Amino acid sequence: MLNAIEDGADGVYVAGCLEGECHYIEGNLKAKRKVAYVKKTLSELGIEPERVEMYNLSSAQGARFAEIANEMSDKIRELGPTPIKKNHAA
Amino acid sequence: MIVADRKSLQEILAMVQDNKKILIAGCKGCVTVCNVGGLKEVEILASSMKIARKKEGKDIDIDIQVLERQCDTEYVAGISEIVDDYEAVISLACGVGPQFLSEMYKDQIFYPGVNTTFFGGATQHGVWEERCAGCGTCAIHNFGGLCPIARCAKSLMNGPCGGSSNGICEVNKDTECIWDSIVRKKMEAGKLEDLLGVKGLKDWTTARDGGPRRSIREELVQGNI
Repeated sequence: MLNAIEDGADGVYVAGCLEGECHYIEGNLKAKRKVAYVKKTLSELGIEPERVEMYNLSSAQGARFAEIANEMSDKIRELGPTPIKKNHAA
Repeated sequence: MIVADRKSLQEILAMVQDNKKILIAGCKGCVTVCNVGGLKEVEILASSMKIARKKEGKDIDIDIQVLERQCDTEYVAGISEIVDDYEAVISLACGVGPQFLSEMYKDQIFYPGVNTTFFGGATQHGVWEERCAGCGTCAIHNFGGLCPIARCAKSLMNGPCGGSSNGICEVNKDTECIWDSIVRKKMEAGKLEDLLGVKGLKDWTTARDGGPRRSIREELVQGNI
């Protein structure tokens, strides 16, 4: 996640299994904590933490996946381009 | 193990604000175990610093290395061929690391990326507590295996002070009164009389009060073992 932001991604979302239904038992809960940690790190750096999000859905929820992708895209459009890309190019 | 906390990102960035080519050196010893200076933490710090610099529109070139241990010269020597390639080095080892590095590479600047705090262990995931003060004369067997030197705010040897209330130390509401625990443990074992003997004055010359310490194992120095 940090590497993506570092390389100029405007936003990153992590799609994990539904809570309680992870093949790796706690994998999605660990991912959720990691996303929270990255959000905290971005806040420290003065970057909107909303640029990183965690979503939970099953592999059978294709429609929901598309909905989340649109939701995240809209959110990033509202936030605008990452300050990293903008300043780095300048 | 030696426990440490990472310095804030802002403090670390301020240390190297004039440097563009930086090495972050981690350590596979204690700081890896307490999740502050191992490979993962080194990578996170490097990425965070790159993001911070890019946000300011400034260039930065960061490489990372994780040494087996920074408290052994043979491992410190492992970066001899690259150390001069950098304007500064941030060490995420305990306070021993940047000193061993500074002693071996006299022309390089080594910044401590962590605050070394104490000798202790993890009581739960993410929580570490002090257990040993390294006083040089261990006597925990006299106190039910609980160290009053490290764990009593006053390092008292003959019982609790008046600041003990309901098992809590007056210094901090989250700190147990270790003397309360020692007494309770002895009472439960029916051996309270073990604590009746008055302990004489402790010889603090084996602790920090005697100045910097050195431990010499002759058989190792002579190469017999």
